[in-house]
Amino acid sequence: MQCENCKENSATIHLTEIVNGQRSEKHLCQDCAEKEGITTKSQVSLNELLNSLLATQEQKSEANPDEYAQLKCPHCGITLEQFRQQAVLGCPHDYEVFSKVLGPLITKAHNGNATHSGKVPAGIEETVKSQSKILKLEKQLKEAVAKEDYETAAKLRDEIKQLQ
Amino acid sequence: MKLTDISSHITGWFDGSGPLSDIVISSRVRLARNLEGFNFLSRCDETGKLEILAKIKDVILSLDSLTERFYIDISKSEAIEKSFLVERHLISRGLASNKGPRGVVVADNELFGAMINEEDHLRLQVLKSGLNLRSCWEKINAIDDLIEAKLRYAFDANYGYLTACPTNVGTGIRVSVMLHLPGLKITEQLNKFFNATREMNLAVRGLFGEGTEAVGDFYQISNQITLGISETDIIEKFTDLIIPEIVEYEKLARDEMLLKEPNVFDDKISRALAVLKSAKLISSHEALFLLSNLRMGINMGRIDNISIKTVNELFLLTQPAHLQLNHGRKLDAEQRDTLRAETLRAHLN
Repeated sequence: MQCENCKENSATIHLTEIVNGQRSEKHLCQDCAEKEGITTKSQVSLNELLNSLLATQEQKSEANPDEYAQLKCPHCGITLEQFRQQAVLGCPHDYEVFSKVLGPLITKAHNGNATHSGKVPAGIEETVKSQSKILKLEKQLKEAVAKEDYETAAKLRDEIKQLQ
Repeated sequence: MKLTDISSHITGWFDGSGPLSDIVISSRVRLARNLEGFNFLSRCDETGKLEILAKIKDVILSLDSLTERFYIDISKSEAIEKSFLVERHLISRGLASNKGPRGVVVADNELFGAMINEEDHLRLQVLKSGLNLRSCWEKINAIDDLIEAKLRYAFDANYGYLTACPTNVGTGIRVSVMLHLPGLKITEQLNKFFNATREMNLAVRGLFGEGTEAVGDFYQISNQITLGISETDIIEKFTDLIIPEIVEYEKLARDEMLLKEPNVFDDKISRALAVLKSAKLISSHEALFLLSNLRMGINMGRIDNISIKTVNELFLLTQPAHLQLNHGRKLDAEQRDTLRAETLRAHLN
């Protein structure tokens, strides 16, 4: 299929738009799509994404090299540089030890999400369970406020208070 | 349990049953888990790995809700056996090529698998034929509960299940659906499909063949985000939204081809069948390509004396490690091509 705009390259971007129930299709090549301000995500794995994010993080910290370079997990001995190279962590404590660097990266890699939502082990301590529940309720509270659903928000706030 | 006991027949997730099974080959749910009190594997010595392996293996082998459980020690397996297990999706390429103490527990007619000491201490998987993610989740969730009652997982209130790679942290869930999409391929609409999946943060890869190459038009689509979305939310989205939409597009593409040029369509399928029925030498690549066309032809009612189950079976039986294991020895490429053609003729004539 040819690009609709330049009629030269083959179309690799296919857009379907539905406006007021009217459906329209657009077939463009990469260049023309970019000219029209249409951006597409390329197929990068999260691993690659994480690696590239870590690389930029490192450049940023060059101004203040000591801050991250010295970071080493006291439990497993892994350094941030070693993590960058192998893309896997050394032990569960690393999430805490490297939280300053790792936290923003995890959020980016998971489409803006920063806290767990889902299964919690049944046998875990009550404190962890309620902590996890509070985080979940806080997320719902934010959503309710954003939607201006203040009745739900008030209920959630009370529930959080009780757990705290 | 010997591998040759299972190598001559089809695995449970490929038997052609289940919802939307003309296009959806199978559903899989995988959970990544690590034990509390141990380092992740990159920082774990041999003794630690042995201890993790023993703990997890004993617990899973003792679960009576799993039928016909058996354990395979991958550190002692031959190269052909490892390739065979990869071809049947019982282990990953990673577990095959890792070093050190590691293994897999298989149960329930290969619908359950637990890789121990892969990237994480434990990778559980449940497979089902057709679009069956909900029941995969129910089953794996129940098994996970039983394991968790005996072993403590590394878990954090904020980050959820802690995994070696932060890309799996949170639920540790990977939901995958295997799709057969020859219609989208022939009508050159695969790009649309890829673009859409990318926008939704889903990963797509070919099922057979290395890397992204999808010989035989089989694609595996999976979630990439594991933090901040619950297991059931992901499964509902796949089951109610994403997969039915792709299936609809594939059906439209097939119907359109048949409507526009029925002769061209039938010719493609008849030629595929003719070659598969009579070739004396056939490469893995050619066999997959032709079997894919044949499978679509059967789905579309253009061929009626061959079952989908037979074709599915042939996709597996003609894989290199399957051929060699069933033949009882290592074969070079030409010997494999001869044996592959023989296998096809025997099943299709």
